[in-house]
Amino acid sequence: MQNRPTHLIETMNIFAAVGRVILALFAAAGRLAIFMLDGISHSLRPPIYWKVILQEMIGVGYFSLPVVGLTAFFTGAVLCLQIFIGGSRYGAESFVPQIVVLGITRELGPVIAGLMVAGRVSAAIAAELGTMRVTEQIDALTTLSTNPVKYLVTPRLIAGVVSMPILVAIADAIGVLGGYVVATRALNFNSSVYLKNTANFVTSGDVSSGLTKAAVFGFIIALMGCYNGFYSKGGAQGVGAATTNAVVSASILILASNYLMTSLIFTR
Amino acid sequence: MNGVPKIELRGVKKSFGRKLVLDGVNLSIQPGDSIVIIGGSGTGKSVTIKCVLGILRPDAGSIKVEGQEVTGLHGRNRDAYLRKFGMLFQGAALFDSLPVWENVAFGLIQGHGISRRRAREIAMEKLAKVGLGADVANLSPAELSGGMQKRVGLARAIAADPEIIFFDEPTTGLDPIMADIINNLIATTVRDLGVTALSITHDIASARKISNRVAMLYKGKIIWDGATAEMDHSGNPYLDQFIHGSAVGPIKMEVRQ
Ligand SMILES: Nc1ncnc2c1ncn2[C@@H]1O[C@H](COP(=O)(O)OP(=O)(O)OP(=O)(O)O)[C@@H](O)[C@H]1O
Ligand SMILES: [Mg+2]
Repeated sequence: MQNRPTHLIETMNIFAAVGRVILALFAAAGRLAIFMLDGISHSLRPPIYWKVILQEMIGVGYFSLPVVGLTAFFTGAVLCLQIFIGGSRYGAESFVPQIVVLGITRELGPVIAGLMVAGRVSAAIAAELGTMRVTEQIDALTTLSTNPVKYLVTPRLIAGVVSMPILVAIADAIGVLGGYVVATRALNFNSSVYLKNTANFVTSGDVSSGLTKAAVFGFIIALMGCYNGFYSKGGAQGVGAATTNAVVSASILILASNYLMTSLIFTR
Repeated sequence: MNGVPKIELRGVKKSFGRKLVLDGVNLSIQPGDSIVIIGGSGTGKSVTIKCVLGILRPDAGSIKVEGQEVTGLHGRNRDAYLRKFGMLFQGAALFDSLPVWENVAFGLIQGHGISRRRAREIAMEKLAKVGLGADVANLSPAELSGGMQKRVGLARAIAADPEIIFFDEPTTGLDPIMADIINNLIATTVRDLGVTALSITHDIASARKISNRVAMLYKGKIIWDGATAEMDHSGNPYLDQFIHGSAVGPIKMEVRQ
Protein backbone atom coordinates (compact mmCIF):
# COMPACT_ATOMS: atom_id res chain seq x y z
CA MET A 1 0.00 0.00 0.00
CA GLN A 2 2.77 2.32 0.99
CA ASN A 3 4.54 2.33 -2.32
CA ARG A 4 1.48 2.85 -4.39
CA PRO A 5 1.92 6.59 -4.97
CA THR A 6 5.51 6.18 -6.19
CA HIS A 7 4.32 3.37 -8.42
CA LEU A 8 1.73 5.68 -9.87
CA ILE A 9 4.29 8.40 -10.43
CA GLU A 10 6.54 5.99 -12.26
CA THR A 11 3.72 4.97 -14.53
CA MET A 12 2.99 8.62 -15.18
CA ASN A 13 6.64 9.15 -16.06
CA ILE A 14 6.45 6.45 -18.69
CA PHE A 15 3.36 8.10 -20.15
CA ALA A 16 5.13 11.43 -20.12
CA ALA A 17 8.17 9.97 -21.87
CA VAL A 18 6.08 8.25 -24.52
CA GLY A 19 4.05 11.41 -24.93
CA ARG A 20 7.19 13.45 -25.44
CA VAL A 21 8.47 11.08 -28.12
CA ILE A 22 5.14 11.11 -29.93
CA LEU A 23 4.92 14.89 -29.73
CA ALA A 24 8.45 15.21 -31.10
CA LEU A 25 7.50 12.86 -33.93
CA PHE A 26 4.44 14.93 -34.81
CA ALA A 27 6.45 18.13 -34.63
CA ALA A 28 9.05 16.68 -37.02
CA ALA A 29 6.35 15.43 -39.40
CA GLY A 30 4.69 18.83 -39.34
CA ARG A 31 7.94 20.62 -40.01
CA LEU A 32 8.69 18.28 -42.91
CA ALA A 33 5.19 18.82 -44.34
CA ILE A 34 5.53 22.60 -44.18
CA PHE A 35 8.98 22.42 -45.74
CA MET A 36 7.63 20.22 -48.53
CA LEU A 37 4.66 22.47 -49.28
CA ASP A 38 6.93 25.51 -49.26
CA GLY A 39 9.24 23.81 -51.74
CA ILE A 40 6.39 22.79 -54.02
CA SER A 41 4.62 26.15 -53.91
CA HIS A 42 7.76 27.93 -55.12
CA SER A 43 7.73 25.85 -58.29
CA LEU A 44 4.56 27.70 -59.30
CA ARG A 45 5.86 31.22 -58.68
CA PRO A 46 8.56 32.94 -60.68
CA PRO A 47 11.48 33.34 -60.77
CA ILE A 48 12.37 29.76 -61.64
CA TYR A 49 16.05 28.93 -61.55
CA TRP A 50 16.42 26.94 -64.76
CA LYS A 51 20.17 26.86 -64.57
CA VAL A 52 20.12 25.24 -61.14
CA ILE A 53 17.45 22.76 -62.29
CA LEU A 54 19.58 21.76 -65.25
CA GLN A 55 22.69 21.40 -63.09
CA GLU A 56 20.83 19.20 -60.65
CA MET A 57 19.28 17.11 -63.42
CA ILE A 58 22.74 16.37 -64.70
CA GLY A 59 23.76 15.43 -61.17
CA VAL A 60 20.74 13.22 -60.48
CA GLY A 61 20.34 11.68 -63.91
CA TYR A 62 23.46 11.71 -65.98
CA PHE A 63 26.08 11.05 -63.30
CA SER A 64 23.97 8.29 -61.75
CA LEU A 65 23.79 6.44 -65.07
CA PRO A 66 26.90 4.26 -64.66
CA VAL A 67 26.06 3.00 -61.20
CA VAL A 68 22.36 2.56 -61.92
CA GLY A 69 23.10 0.88 -65.27
CA LEU A 70 25.51 -1.60 -63.69
CA THR A 71 23.17 -2.53 -60.84
CA ALA A 72 20.24 -2.86 -63.25
CA PHE A 73 22.26 -5.13 -65.53
CA PHE A 74 23.26 -7.51 -62.77
CA THR A 75 19.80 -7.45 -61.22
CA GLY A 76 18.26 -8.48 -64.55
CA ALA A 77 20.92 -11.16 -64.95
CA VAL A 78 20.44 -12.70 -61.53
CA LEU A 79 16.65 -12.46 -61.81
CA CYS A 80 16.80 -14.41 -65.05
CA LEU A 81 19.02 -17.07 -63.51
CA GLN A 82 16.85 -17.54 -60.42
CA ILE A 83 13.60 -17.70 -62.35
CA PHE A 84 15.13 -20.27 -64.68
CA ILE A 85 16.37 -22.41 -61.76
CA GLY A 86 13.10 -22.06 -59.87
CA GLY A 87 10.90 -22.48 -62.92
CA SER A 88 12.71 -25.60 -64.16
CA ARG A 89 11.33 -27.51 -61.17
CA TYR A 90 7.88 -27.17 -62.72
CA GLY A 91 8.93 -27.18 -66.33
CA ALA A 92 8.10 -23.46 -66.50
CA GLU A 93 11.44 -22.27 -67.92
CA SER A 94 9.76 -20.76 -70.96
CA PHE A 95 8.20 -18.01 -68.83
CA VAL A 96 11.58 -16.52 -67.99
CA PRO A 97 11.42 -13.55 -70.42
CA GLN A 98 7.92 -12.58 -69.29
CA ILE A 99 8.71 -12.71 -65.58
CA VAL A 100 12.00 -10.87 -66.01
CA VAL A 101 10.45 -7.96 -67.87
CA LEU A 102 7.56 -7.78 -65.42
CA GLY A 103 9.83 -7.85 -62.39
CA ILE A 104 12.17 -5.25 -63.81
CA THR A 105 9.65 -2.73 -65.09
CA ARG A 106 7.19 -2.96 -62.22
CA GLU A 107 9.43 -3.30 -59.19
CA LEU A 108 13.13 -3.83 -59.47
CA GLY A 109 13.97 -1.13 -61.99
CA PRO A 110 12.47 1.72 -59.96
CA VAL A 111 13.41 0.34 -56.55
CA ILE A 112 17.02 -0.53 -57.35
CA ALA A 113 17.55 2.77 -59.16
CA GLY A 114 15.78 4.59 -56.32
CA LEU A 115 18.00 3.08 -53.66
CA MET A 116 21.19 3.66 -55.62
CA VAL A 117 20.29 7.27 -56.33
CA ALA A 118 19.22 7.74 -52.70
CA GLY A 119 22.71 6.72 -51.65
CA ARG A 120 24.37 8.97 -54.19
CA VAL A 121 22.17 12.01 -54.52
CA SER A 122 20.37 12.35 -51.17
CA ALA A 123 23.74 12.21 -49.48
CA ALA A 124 25.28 14.74 -51.86
CA ILE A 125 22.36 17.17 -51.50
CA ALA A 126 22.34 16.88 -47.70
CA ALA A 127 26.09 17.43 -47.53
CA GLU A 128 25.96 20.43 -49.84
CA LEU A 129 23.00 22.16 -48.19
CA GLY A 130 24.26 21.20 -44.74
CA THR A 131 27.61 22.83 -45.42
CA MET A 132 25.84 25.88 -46.78
CA ARG A 133 23.81 26.05 -43.59
CA VAL A 134 26.70 25.80 -41.15
CA THR A 135 28.89 28.23 -43.11
CA GLU A 136 25.98 30.74 -43.18
CA GLN A 137 25.69 30.62 -46.97
CA ILE A 138 21.94 30.05 -46.60
CA ASP A 139 21.68 33.18 -44.45
CA ALA A 140 23.75 35.02 -47.03
CA LEU A 141 21.23 34.06 -49.73
CA THR A 142 18.48 35.64 -47.66
CA THR A 143 20.41 38.87 -47.24
CA LEU A 144 20.84 38.99 -51.03
CA SER A 145 17.03 38.98 -51.42
CA THR A 146 16.96 35.40 -52.64
CA ASN A 147 14.61 32.93 -51.01
CA PRO A 148 16.80 29.94 -50.07
CA VAL A 149 13.96 27.43 -50.44
CA LYS A 150 13.19 28.73 -53.91
CA TYR A 151 16.84 28.80 -54.95
CA LEU A 152 18.06 25.58 -53.35
CA VAL A 153 15.13 23.26 -52.66
CA THR A 154 12.60 23.73 -55.45
CA PRO A 155 15.07 23.17 -58.32
CA ARG A 156 16.25 19.96 -56.67
CA LEU A 157 12.70 18.69 -56.21
CA ILE A 158 11.92 19.41 -59.86
CA ALA A 159 15.16 17.80 -61.00
CA GLY A 160 14.42 14.69 -58.93
CA VAL A 161 10.88 14.29 -60.25
CA VAL A 162 11.89 14.84 -63.86
CA SER A 163 15.12 12.91 -64.09
CA MET A 164 14.30 9.77 -62.10
CA PRO A 165 11.72 8.45 -64.62
CA ILE A 166 14.21 8.96 -67.45
CA LEU A 167 16.87 7.18 -65.46
CA VAL A 168 14.52 4.32 -64.61
CA ALA A 169 13.41 3.95 -68.24
CA ILE A 170 17.07 3.42 -69.14
CA ALA A 171 17.55 1.11 -66.14
CA ASP A 172 14.54 -0.96 -67.28
CA ALA A 173 16.07 -1.44 -70.70
CA ILE A 174 19.46 -2.36 -69.26
CA GLY A 175 17.87 -4.74 -66.75
CA VAL A 176 15.99 -6.56 -69.49
CA LEU A 177 19.23 -6.66 -71.46
CA GLY A 178 20.96 -8.27 -68.45
CA GLY A 179 18.32 -11.02 -68.41
CA TYR A 180 18.57 -11.44 -72.16
CA VAL A 181 22.35 -11.83 -72.07
CA VAL A 182 22.20 -14.54 -69.39
CA ALA A 183 19.29 -16.32 -71.07
CA THR A 184 20.87 -16.45 -74.52
CA ARG A 185 24.50 -16.94 -73.50
CA ALA A 186 24.20 -19.26 -70.50
CA LEU A 187 20.77 -20.83 -70.68
CA ASN A 188 20.45 -21.58 -74.40
CA PHE A 189 17.36 -19.49 -75.06
CA ASN A 190 16.73 -18.56 -78.66
CA SER A 191 17.50 -14.90 -79.00
CA SER A 192 14.60 -13.85 -81.24
CA VAL A 193 12.07 -15.91 -79.29
CA TYR A 194 13.23 -14.35 -76.04
CA LEU A 195 12.90 -10.85 -77.42
CA LYS A 196 9.54 -11.59 -78.99
CA ASN A 197 8.15 -13.01 -75.74
CA THR A 198 9.42 -10.00 -73.84
CA ALA A 199 7.96 -7.48 -76.25
CA ASN A 200 4.61 -9.22 -76.60
CA PHE A 201 4.11 -9.63 -72.90
CA VAL A 202 5.01 -6.27 -71.44
CA THR A 203 2.27 -3.63 -71.46
CA SER A 204 2.55 0.12 -71.34
CA GLY A 205 0.85 -0.08 -67.94
CA ASP A 206 3.74 -2.09 -66.53
CA VAL A 207 6.24 0.46 -67.71
CA SER A 208 4.26 3.54 -66.75
CA SER A 209 3.51 2.25 -63.26
CA GLY A 210 7.26 1.84 -62.77
CA LEU A 211 7.94 5.32 -64.11
CA THR A 212 5.28 6.83 -61.83
CA LYS A 213 7.02 5.17 -58.91
CA ALA A 214 10.30 6.59 -60.19
CA ALA A 215 8.92 10.14 -60.13
CA VAL A 216 7.75 9.68 -56.54
CA PHE A 217 11.13 8.23 -55.56
CA GLY A 218 12.89 11.16 -57.22
CA PHE A 219 10.79 13.52 -55.13
CA ILE A 220 11.55 11.59 -51.93
CA ILE A 221 15.29 11.51 -52.66
CA ALA A 222 15.49 15.25 -53.28
CA LEU A 223 13.18 16.12 -50.38
CA MET A 224 15.08 14.04 -47.82
CA GLY A 225 18.42 15.41 -48.99
CA CYS A 226 17.17 19.00 -48.87
CA TYR A 227 15.29 18.72 -45.59
CA ASN A 228 18.12 17.12 -43.67
CA GLY A 229 20.72 19.43 -45.15
CA PHE A 230 18.64 22.58 -44.71
CA TYR A 231 18.09 22.02 -41.00
CA SER A 232 21.47 20.57 -40.12
CA LYS A 233 23.38 22.24 -37.34
CA GLY A 234 26.58 21.98 -35.39
CA GLY A 235 29.47 22.00 -37.83
CA ALA A 236 31.04 19.03 -39.60
CA GLN A 237 29.49 16.53 -37.23
CA GLY A 238 26.01 17.90 -37.87
CA VAL A 239 26.54 17.73 -41.61
CA GLY A 240 27.68 14.11 -41.27
CA ALA A 241 24.56 13.24 -39.31
CA ALA A 242 22.37 15.03 -41.85
CA THR A 243 23.94 13.03 -44.67
CA THR A 244 23.35 9.71 -42.93
CA ASN A 245 19.78 10.65 -42.00
CA ALA A 246 19.05 11.70 -45.56
CA VAL A 247 20.12 8.36 -47.02
CA VAL A 248 18.45 6.25 -44.36
CA SER A 249 15.15 8.13 -44.39
CA ALA A 250 15.04 8.29 -48.19
CA SER A 251 15.68 4.54 -48.47
CA ILE A 252 13.01 3.64 -45.94
CA LEU A 253 10.48 6.00 -47.50
CA ILE A 254 11.23 4.58 -50.95
CA LEU A 255 10.58 1.01 -49.84
CA ALA A 256 7.49 1.92 -47.84
CA SER A 257 5.96 4.09 -50.53
CA ASN A 258 6.78 1.41 -53.10
CA TYR A 259 4.65 -1.08 -51.21
CA LEU A 260 1.88 1.48 -50.89
CA MET A 261 1.93 2.31 -54.58
CA THR A 262 2.04 -1.33 -55.65
CA SER A 263 -1.00 -2.07 -53.54
CA LEU A 264 -2.79 1.00 -54.92
CA ILE A 265 -1.92 0.39 -58.57
CA PHE A 266 -2.14 -3.39 -58.88
CA THR A 267 -4.78 -4.55 -56.45
CA ARG A 268 -7.67 -2.42 -57.53
CA MET B 1 18.79 63.47 -31.76
CA ASN B 2 16.52 64.67 -34.51
CA GLY B 3 14.46 62.92 -37.18
CA VAL B 4 13.50 59.30 -37.55
CA PRO B 5 16.40 56.98 -36.76
CA LYS B 6 17.56 54.75 -39.59
CA ILE B 7 17.62 51.75 -37.29
CA GLU B 8 16.11 51.57 -33.84
CA LEU B 9 16.27 48.63 -31.45
CA ARG B 10 14.10 48.69 -28.33
CA GLY B 11 14.34 46.03 -25.65
CA VAL B 12 15.53 43.31 -28.02
CA LYS B 13 15.90 39.98 -26.26
CA LYS B 14 17.18 36.72 -27.59
CA SER B 15 18.10 33.48 -25.92
CA PHE B 16 19.16 30.11 -27.21
CA GLY B 17 17.65 27.42 -25.06
CA ARG B 18 18.46 28.46 -21.53
CA LYS B 19 21.27 30.74 -22.57
CA LEU B 20 20.27 34.38 -22.51
CA VAL B 21 22.33 36.27 -25.09
CA LEU B 22 20.57 39.59 -25.62
CA ASP B 23 18.82 40.99 -22.57
CA GLY B 24 17.06 44.10 -23.79
CA VAL B 25 19.29 45.84 -26.30
CA ASN B 26 18.47 49.50 -26.94
CA LEU B 27 20.25 51.24 -29.76
CA SER B 28 19.30 53.89 -32.22
CA ILE B 29 21.31 54.68 -35.31
CA GLN B 30 20.86 57.93 -37.25
CA PRO B 31 21.06 58.12 -41.06
CA GLY B 32 24.67 58.50 -42.14
CA ASP B 33 26.04 57.22 -38.86
CA SER B 34 28.91 54.82 -38.84
CA ILE B 35 28.61 52.95 -35.61
CA VAL B 36 30.88 50.29 -34.23
CA ILE B 37 29.71 47.70 -31.75
CA ILE B 38 32.44 46.40 -29.51
CA GLY B 39 32.29 43.78 -26.83
CA GLY B 40 33.81 40.53 -25.70
CA SER B 41 33.76 37.41 -27.75
CA GLY B 42 30.41 35.64 -27.51
CA THR B 43 28.47 38.60 -26.09
CA GLY B 44 25.98 38.58 -28.95
CA LYS B 45 27.27 41.15 -31.42
CA SER B 46 26.70 38.91 -34.43
CA VAL B 47 23.34 37.84 -33.01
CA THR B 48 22.30 41.51 -32.82
CA ILE B 49 22.83 42.12 -36.53
CA LYS B 50 21.23 38.82 -37.44
CA CYS B 51 18.14 39.95 -35.54
CA VAL B 52 18.00 43.19 -37.55
CA LEU B 53 18.31 41.21 -40.80
CA GLY B 54 15.62 38.78 -39.71
CA ILE B 55 17.95 35.79 -39.90
CA LEU B 56 17.21 35.29 -36.22
CA ARG B 57 13.88 36.20 -34.68
CA PRO B 58 14.14 38.08 -31.38
CA ASP B 59 12.13 36.69 -28.48
CA ALA B 60 10.96 40.16 -27.47
CA GLY B 61 11.41 43.81 -28.35
CA SER B 62 11.00 45.90 -31.42
CA ILE B 63 13.27 46.65 -34.35
CA LYS B 64 12.36 49.57 -36.58
CA VAL B 65 14.05 50.59 -39.79
CA GLU B 66 13.10 54.06 -41.02
CA GLY B 67 10.24 53.98 -38.54
CA GLN B 68 8.79 50.73 -39.85
CA GLU B 69 8.57 47.65 -37.65
CA VAL B 70 10.53 44.88 -39.33
CA THR B 71 10.35 41.89 -37.00
CA GLY B 72 8.07 39.35 -38.61
CA LEU B 73 8.38 40.63 -42.17
CA HIS B 74 8.18 37.82 -44.70
CA GLY B 75 7.82 37.02 -48.38
CA ARG B 76 8.14 39.88 -50.86
CA ASN B 77 8.11 42.56 -48.20
CA ARG B 78 11.13 40.93 -46.64
CA ASP B 79 12.97 40.66 -49.96
CA ALA B 80 12.27 44.33 -50.62
CA TYR B 81 13.39 45.23 -47.10
CA LEU B 82 16.63 43.28 -47.41
CA ARG B 83 17.46 44.98 -50.69
CA LYS B 84 18.41 48.02 -48.59
CA PHE B 85 21.13 46.05 -46.84
CA GLY B 86 24.59 44.79 -47.55
CA MET B 87 26.08 42.29 -45.17
CA LEU B 88 29.60 41.03 -44.66
CA PHE B 89 29.45 37.82 -42.65
CA GLN B 90 32.05 37.07 -40.02
CA GLY B 91 33.04 33.90 -41.90
CA ALA B 92 32.57 35.56 -45.33
CA ALA B 93 29.87 32.95 -46.22
CA LEU B 94 30.78 32.93 -49.91
CA PHE B 95 28.85 30.54 -52.17
CA ASP B 96 31.40 27.88 -52.95
CA SER B 97 29.50 26.59 -55.95
CA LEU B 98 29.99 29.92 -57.77
CA PRO B 99 33.14 31.68 -59.00
CA VAL B 100 34.30 34.80 -57.18
CA TRP B 101 32.79 37.31 -59.59
CA GLU B 102 29.36 35.63 -59.48
CA ASN B 103 29.49 35.76 -55.71
CA VAL B 104 29.93 39.52 -55.89
CA ALA B 105 27.34 39.86 -58.66
CA PHE B 106 24.78 37.53 -57.06
CA GLY B 107 22.62 40.18 -55.42
CA LEU B 108 22.74 42.34 -58.55
CA ILE B 109 21.56 39.51 -60.80
CA GLN B 110 19.06 37.81 -58.47
CA GLY B 111 17.87 40.63 -56.25
CA HIS B 112 18.02 43.61 -58.60
CA GLY B 113 17.50 41.96 -62.00
CA ILE B 114 20.63 43.44 -63.60
CA SER B 115 21.96 41.66 -66.69
CA ARG B 116 24.84 39.23 -66.17
CA ARG B 117 27.20 41.19 -68.38
CA ARG B 118 26.57 44.49 -66.57
CA ALA B 119 26.66 42.75 -63.18
CA ARG B 120 30.06 41.28 -64.05
CA GLU B 121 31.42 44.73 -64.85
CA ILE B 122 30.18 46.08 -61.53
CA ALA B 123 31.59 43.06 -59.72
CA MET B 124 35.04 43.65 -61.26
CA GLU B 125 34.87 47.30 -60.18
CA LYS B 126 34.01 46.36 -56.58
CA LEU B 127 36.69 43.67 -56.50
CA ALA B 128 39.23 46.27 -57.57
CA LYS B 129 38.12 48.48 -54.67
CA VAL B 130 39.03 45.76 -52.18
CA GLY B 131 42.38 45.17 -53.84
CA LEU B 132 41.52 42.09 -55.87
CA GLY B 133 42.35 41.92 -59.55
CA ALA B 134 40.76 40.27 -62.55
CA ASP B 135 42.94 37.21 -62.00
CA VAL B 136 40.84 36.04 -59.04
CA ALA B 137 37.46 36.71 -60.66
CA ASN B 138 37.09 33.25 -62.11
CA LEU B 139 38.56 31.32 -59.20
CA SER B 140 36.35 29.43 -56.82
CA PRO B 141 36.21 30.85 -53.25
CA ALA B 142 37.90 27.70 -51.91
CA GLU B 143 41.03 28.66 -53.85
CA LEU B 144 41.40 31.95 -51.96
CA SER B 145 43.13 32.69 -48.68
CA GLY B 146 41.01 33.60 -45.65
CA GLY B 147 41.78 37.31 -45.99
CA MET B 148 40.99 37.28 -49.68
CA GLN B 149 37.66 35.58 -48.99
CA LYS B 150 36.88 38.27 -46.47
CA ARG B 151 37.54 40.94 -49.08
CA VAL B 152 35.34 39.18 -51.63
CA GLY B 153 32.63 39.13 -48.95
CA LEU B 154 33.17 42.86 -48.51
CA ALA B 155 32.88 43.44 -52.26
CA ARG B 156 29.64 41.43 -52.26
CA ALA B 157 28.28 43.52 -49.38
CA ILE B 158 28.84 46.82 -51.20
CA ALA B 159 28.06 45.53 -54.70
CA ALA B 160 24.48 46.77 -54.94
CA ASP B 161 25.26 50.14 -53.33
CA PRO B 162 22.99 49.46 -50.35
CA GLU B 163 21.73 52.17 -47.99
CA ILE B 164 22.75 50.26 -44.89
CA ILE B 165 25.82 48.06 -44.56
CA PHE B 166 26.72 45.65 -41.79
CA PHE B 167 30.32 44.60 -41.48
CA ASP B 168 30.98 41.72 -39.13
CA GLU B 169 34.69 41.99 -38.32
CA PRO B 170 35.81 43.41 -41.66
CA THR B 171 39.52 43.51 -40.87
CA THR B 172 39.98 40.29 -38.91
CA GLY B 173 42.47 38.06 -40.67
CA LEU B 174 43.96 40.80 -42.83
CA ASP B 175 47.54 42.04 -42.72
CA PRO B 176 47.93 45.53 -41.17
CA ILE B 177 48.34 47.29 -44.50
CA MET B 178 45.35 45.63 -46.10
CA ALA B 179 43.39 46.27 -42.90
CA ASP B 180 44.11 49.96 -43.28
CA ILE B 181 43.02 49.91 -46.92
CA ILE B 182 39.74 48.29 -45.91
CA ASN B 183 39.29 50.81 -43.08
CA ASN B 184 39.71 53.62 -45.58
CA LEU B 185 37.28 51.94 -47.95
CA ILE B 186 34.64 51.72 -45.24
CA ALA B 187 35.26 55.29 -44.12
CA THR B 188 35.01 56.68 -47.66
CA THR B 189 31.98 54.56 -48.52
CA VAL B 190 30.16 56.00 -45.54
CA ARG B 191 31.32 59.55 -46.16
CA ASP B 192 30.90 59.74 -49.93
CA LEU B 193 27.81 57.63 -50.48
CA GLY B 194 25.99 58.62 -47.32
CA VAL B 195 25.31 55.06 -46.27
CA THR B 196 24.59 54.05 -42.72
CA ALA B 197 27.08 51.52 -41.45
CA LEU B 198 27.18 49.20 -38.49
CA SER B 199 30.42 47.39 -37.93
CA ILE B 200 31.60 44.88 -35.41
CA THR B 201 35.26 44.89 -34.60
CA HIS B 202 37.72 43.92 -31.91
CA ASP B 203 40.26 46.30 -33.36
CA ILE B 204 40.06 49.59 -31.47
CA ALA B 205 42.35 51.37 -33.95
CA SER B 206 40.04 50.33 -36.74
CA ALA B 207 37.01 51.49 -34.74
CA ARG B 208 38.55 54.94 -34.35
CA LYS B 209 39.12 55.16 -38.05
CA ILE B 210 35.78 53.98 -39.42
CA SER B 211 33.23 55.14 -36.88
CA ASN B 212 31.71 58.29 -35.49
CA ARG B 213 29.94 56.38 -32.76
CA VAL B 214 30.74 53.44 -30.55
CA ALA B 215 28.44 51.19 -28.57
CA MET B 216 29.62 48.57 -26.16
CA LEU B 217 27.69 45.36 -25.58
CA TYR B 218 28.18 43.63 -22.26
CA LYS B 219 26.04 40.94 -20.63
CA GLY B 220 23.24 41.33 -23.16
CA LYS B 221 22.90 45.12 -22.88
CA ILE B 222 24.43 48.21 -24.43
CA ILE B 223 26.33 49.61 -21.46
CA TRP B 224 27.92 52.59 -23.21
CA ASP B 225 27.01 54.45 -26.35
CA GLY B 226 28.60 57.68 -27.49
CA ALA B 227 30.77 59.56 -29.95
CA THR B 228 33.99 57.81 -30.93
CA ALA B 229 35.95 60.91 -29.93
CA GLU B 230 34.61 60.65 -26.38
CA MET B 231 35.47 57.00 -26.02
CA ASP B 232 38.71 57.75 -24.21
CA HIS B 233 37.21 59.89 -21.47
CA SER B 234 33.96 58.09 -20.89
CA GLY B 235 34.70 57.38 -17.25
CA ASN B 236 33.18 53.96 -17.81
CA PRO B 237 35.46 51.33 -16.27
CA TYR B 238 34.17 48.54 -18.52
CA LEU B 239 34.82 50.50 -21.67
CA ASP B 240 38.21 51.66 -20.41
CA GLN B 241 39.26 48.11 -19.69
CA PHE B 242 38.09 46.99 -23.11
CA ILE B 243 39.79 49.69 -25.14
CA HIS B 244 43.04 49.28 -23.26
CA GLY B 245 42.86 45.53 -23.60
CA SER B 246 43.70 44.96 -19.96
CA ALA B 247 43.15 41.72 -18.09
CA VAL B 248 42.57 43.67 -14.88
CA GLY B 249 39.28 45.46 -14.38
CA PRO B 250 35.58 44.91 -13.79
CA ILE B 251 35.17 42.53 -16.76
CA LYS B 252 36.08 39.05 -15.62
CA MET B 253 36.70 36.58 -18.40
CA GLU B 254 35.52 33.11 -17.53
CA VAL B 255 38.80 31.25 -17.57
CA ARG B 256 40.41 29.12 -14.91
CA GLN B 257 44.03 29.51 -14.16
N1 LIG C 1 22.36 29.70 -33.93
C1 LIG C 1 22.75 29.66 -32.64
N2 LIG C 1 22.34 28.66 -31.84
C2 LIG C 1 22.70 28.60 -30.56
N3 LIG C 1 23.48 29.50 -29.96
C3 LIG C 1 23.94 30.53 -30.68
C4 LIG C 1 23.60 30.66 -32.07
N4 LIG C 1 24.18 31.78 -32.55
C5 LIG C 1 24.86 32.31 -31.52
N5 LIG C 1 24.72 31.58 -30.39
C6 LIG C 1 25.28 31.89 -29.07
O1 LIG C 1 25.08 33.25 -28.83
C7 LIG C 1 26.22 33.82 -28.21
C8 LIG C 1 26.62 35.07 -28.95
O2 LIG C 1 27.08 34.74 -30.23
P1 LIG C 1 27.63 35.82 -31.24
O3 LIG C 1 28.00 35.07 -32.48
O4 LIG C 1 26.65 36.91 -31.39
O5 LIG C 1 28.93 36.34 -30.52
P2 LIG C 1 29.83 37.57 -30.94
O6 LIG C 1 29.57 38.66 -29.97
O7 LIG C 1 29.63 37.87 -32.37
O8 LIG C 1 31.26 36.96 -30.67
P3 LIG C 1 32.59 37.05 -31.58
O9 LIG C 1 33.21 38.35 -31.28
O10 LIG C 1 33.41 35.93 -31.08
O11 LIG C 1 32.15 36.89 -32.99
C9 LIG C 1 27.29 32.76 -28.21
O12 LIG C 1 27.44 32.33 -26.89
C10 LIG C 1 26.77 31.64 -29.04
O13 LIG C 1 27.04 30.42 -28.40
MG1 LIG D 1 30.57 37.47 -34.08
